[in-house]
Amino acid sequence: MADTDTAEEAPATDSVPKDTAREELLGELQERLGDAIIASHIKPADELWVRVTTEGWAEIAHVLRHAMNFKYFDFVSAIDWMPSPFGREMDSEVDLAVAAAAGETETKEPEPMVQGYTGGDTRFQVFSRVLDVENLRGLIIKADVPESLEVPTWITSYPGAVWHEREVHEMYGISFAGNPDMRNLYLPGDFEGYPMRKDFPLLARRVKPWPGIVDVEGMPGSDDEPDESTSDGEAAE
Amino acid sequence: MISTLSSVLLSTVLAVEIPYWGQTSFRVLGGLVAILLPAGGLVYVYLFKMMSFMQSRLGPMEAGPYGSMQLLAEVGKFLQKEDIVPAKADRVVFLGAPFIVLLSTFLLLLVVPFGPDAWFVDLDTGVYFAMAVSSVSVIGILMAGWGSSSKYSLLGGIRAAGQLVAYELPMILAVVGVVIQAGTLNMNEIVFAQANGEIFGIGVIGNPYILTQFVGFAVFLIAIQAELTQPPFDMPVAESELVAGYMTEYSGLRFLLFFIGEFATAGVFSAIAAVLFLGGWYVPFLAPEHNLYNVLGPLVLMAKIFGVAGLIFWFRFTYPRFREDQLQRLAWKFLIPIALVNIVITGVLKVVF
Amino acid sequence: MTATAGASEREQLAYIAAKAADSRVNVELETEGMTLNIGPQHPATHGTLRIIAKLDGEQVISADPVMGYMHRGYEKLTEVRTYPQVTTLINRIDWLGSFANEVPFILAAEKLMEVEAPPRAVWIRTILFEMSRIANNLLGLGDMAAQLGAVTPVFYAFRDREYVLNQVEAVTGGRFHPNFDRIGGLKDDIPAGWIASTKDSMVKMRAAADELETLVFGNEIFTTRTRGIGIIPADIALEYGMSGSNLRGSGVDWDLRRDSPSGLAYDQADWKVWTHPDGDSYARAWVRLQEMREGTYIVDQLLDSLPSGPVMAKVPRIIKVPEGEAWVETENPLGAMGYYIVSKGDLVPFRVKIRSASFNNIAIVPWVLKGVYVPDIISILASLYFILGDIDR
Repeated sequence: MADTDTAEEAPATDSVPKDTAREELLGELQERLGDAIIASHIKPADELWVRVTTEGWAEIAHVLRHAMNFKYFDFVSAIDWMPSPFGREMDSEVDLAVAAAAGETETKEPEPMVQGYTGGDTRFQVFSRVLDVENLRGLIIKADVPESLEVPTWITSYPGAVWHEREVHEMYGISFAGNPDMRNLYLPGDFEGYPMRKDFPLLARRVKPWPGIVDVEGMPGSDDEPDESTSDGEAAE
Repeated sequence: MISTLSSVLLSTVLAVEIPYWGQTSFRVLGGLVAILLPAGGLVYVYLFKMMSFMQSRLGPMEAGPYGSMQLLAEVGKFLQKEDIVPAKADRVVFLGAPFIVLLSTFLLLLVVPFGPDAWFVDLDTGVYFAMAVSSVSVIGILMAGWGSSSKYSLLGGIRAAGQLVAYELPMILAVVGVVIQAGTLNMNEIVFAQANGEIFGIGVIGNPYILTQFVGFAVFLIAIQAELTQPPFDMPVAESELVAGYMTEYSGLRFLLFFIGEFATAGVFSAIAAVLFLGGWYVPFLAPEHNLYNVLGPLVLMAKIFGVAGLIFWFRFTYPRFREDQLQRLAWKFLIPIALVNIVITGVLKVVF
Repeated sequence: MTATAGASEREQLAYIAAKAADSRVNVELETEGMTLNIGPQHPATHGTLRIIAKLDGEQVISADPVMGYMHRGYEKLTEVRTYPQVTTLINRIDWLGSFANEVPFILAAEKLMEVEAPPRAVWIRTILFEMSRIANNLLGLGDMAAQLGAVTPVFYAFRDREYVLNQVEAVTGGRFHPNFDRIGGLKDDIPAGWIASTKDSMVKMRAAADELETLVFGNEIFTTRTRGIGIIPADIALEYGMSGSNLRGSGVDWDLRRDSPSGLAYDQADWKVWTHPDGDSYARAWVRLQEMREGTYIVDQLLDSLPSGPVMAKVPRIIKVPEGEAWVETENPLGAMGYYIVSKGDLVPFRVKIRSASFNNIAIVPWVLKGVYVPDIISILASLYFILGDIDR
């Protein structure tokens, strides 16, 4: 287990002050969970990120809740790491994915998928945060979501997770094994598609391009010349 | 013995003999005036104005001087609205319910004396009659709750039935003390008894029973507050829970009937309270046999109605509402024992003095 | 790895608690149940929350909240807005404490950009943050009284809230949606004479708090309606992620203003975190009232120690947030509100997770409403004090 702590994007640890409290917490977790912890990332005096295996997702909740006094459940959510096929601002005039498939535009090499802090192997990741309100410790836990789009539920450890998991289910299509209530929370029961996925088009943007994207307001105290900004280029003329 | 204020005036002052149908017409007219005038007055003075001032706002200001015509505008608005009957409602029951509620109000008014000779019916069992017909409104409310075929209405109707039945008892028991002290069930004779009464040998202001029967008055006031389904006892119409309780499905004219009925009943119950505890149409320093009372009496009673109703509405605008079981507890564990003790003490004192 | 021995004991306790919640429904007579649909259009749900309550008589067997009537998809929309434009959206999450919504998002963005707002901006942020709490809690209490059937206090609440909103408007130009916070500081400095007039309004707010305390909390019917009703034990509250006054009403001494004052000036004032051990409706409302009053003292102290200087740090004209992830949570009027921002170095965020307070606070509703009576549904919901926009986002 020498290389469990990969910490891909961790800043150069020599120059930054050590965050002993978070390192202790990480050490304790590694001791208790062993191989389940794949990667971690510490931003000193800010936050601890921990990535666990899919199987370890329920286990870490159980350990944190029952053995380590992390009683406070903050949230469970998910993230889709795939770069949007509609351009970075979802603002392209044509549907790039559809157009490329039809051969209308040249197939653009998709941007590489970068999974942020603590890395990852899959397109979807679930992440959550729990707290120890007595000792004021907290951490963010991430886990990869396999192809089957199913991860273990948290409701056995934190009953409050039920609505969060329902929300993730309807927004990303990730189901939680063991959660009996997987109805849609916000969306109508017969809604098709998973709106928070990056390849779900924001229809308002398809219908009408967003004019606001170039209209960046000047900040008070900003010394930038208006000519330098792309936004005022049109307005200046 | 049968005469009304109007017929008395016409027959005595103008010395005209009035046929029976004429008397009846006058009585109906008098009844409508006696119901609608206090009801409208209460709505304007208390609901529109006093409540607004308590809540640091002005209330209606545009319709008429200081918004005094607002009620007419509201009536006009309600009359224009469509009278909707829900598709699955029990049609006859649904349509009839507001009239039953209003009927109870009119029946209550029958026995209220407005002067020594100005009354609709002079029943020797007046108090008994009043207490009996006040329960008729329960039937109307249950009809409204059941007939609407709406869950909110049903819950409201059932709550109202439970509440109204529970509060009949303290109301009747509170009145018993007055009846014992006056020695009669006749409402007009209760007024005479108060006018001619003495407290410890001092008879200058008579003996308004609020002084000797204060406990009874307090219980009676709380009970009629509950009978009127007003805060803190407004669970049957609790707007934050049941939308409008048994009135939820009503619109237009029929809602107006419920609305007017509520305030008219408040006026009539205030009148009964005024007769039983405040000396009715009597004012001190004017002998009760004086003929002037047939004109002055209604005005005096009106003033007393507004006094009692002022208390009722003051509670209404101030208090949050009880829960259903807490209300029942208040009635059975608190009000009824107090009223019973009051009866016993009154009886003992009546025998002693 | 399996559960440890201590864990199974805890699980047993949770099991017993759940059974106790079930046993509060004691069915004596075999009666036909009824399903009551409270909302989405209902006088008691300020907004469009719908609760499907299965009743036995007037007792609730199960309550299932249905949301989504106001879902606006802010998490998706933030992915197509530039960072400064996002504040316009998130203003509308908790619309009664709008300024407080902007702060955690801006703080998270500042954290990623490694920009620090100048002290004066931090102070003014904290003052406005606290003022939105005062306005929000005051209206919440007035509204709770209205839900319990008292028609008058809510008018006092609306009247007195105006003193705070006027001050907010004087600074930001908006009563409801200030949209005033910027990455690196604030849009403007406070106007002349604002400190004195704010202190005046804080005096009025203290008077309003006193008035509410006597008018509402001193009322015996209010007490009987709320004491011992809707009790939420501390453990349950923590597991469901309740926060704010609701959590402190259950006796948990945890306040992000004190415990992680990141980017705000709460550590510069002397104040107290109020808790109440009971965990019932009364305790939640009581804590809310105390926090409103405590907020006026915080504002007063921060006004006295307001530093001079600029209100805006140097930030680029076009804001591109460097790659990274940041999480900032603050103690908003309704409870803990957090933003998890994932940036890819673009004009727009890659992903924004909005953790809103009411969502977690309302998640406990199915648990707490089990076995109560219909009137208590309303009083418990009012004491939990949610804003629909804060649930649905």
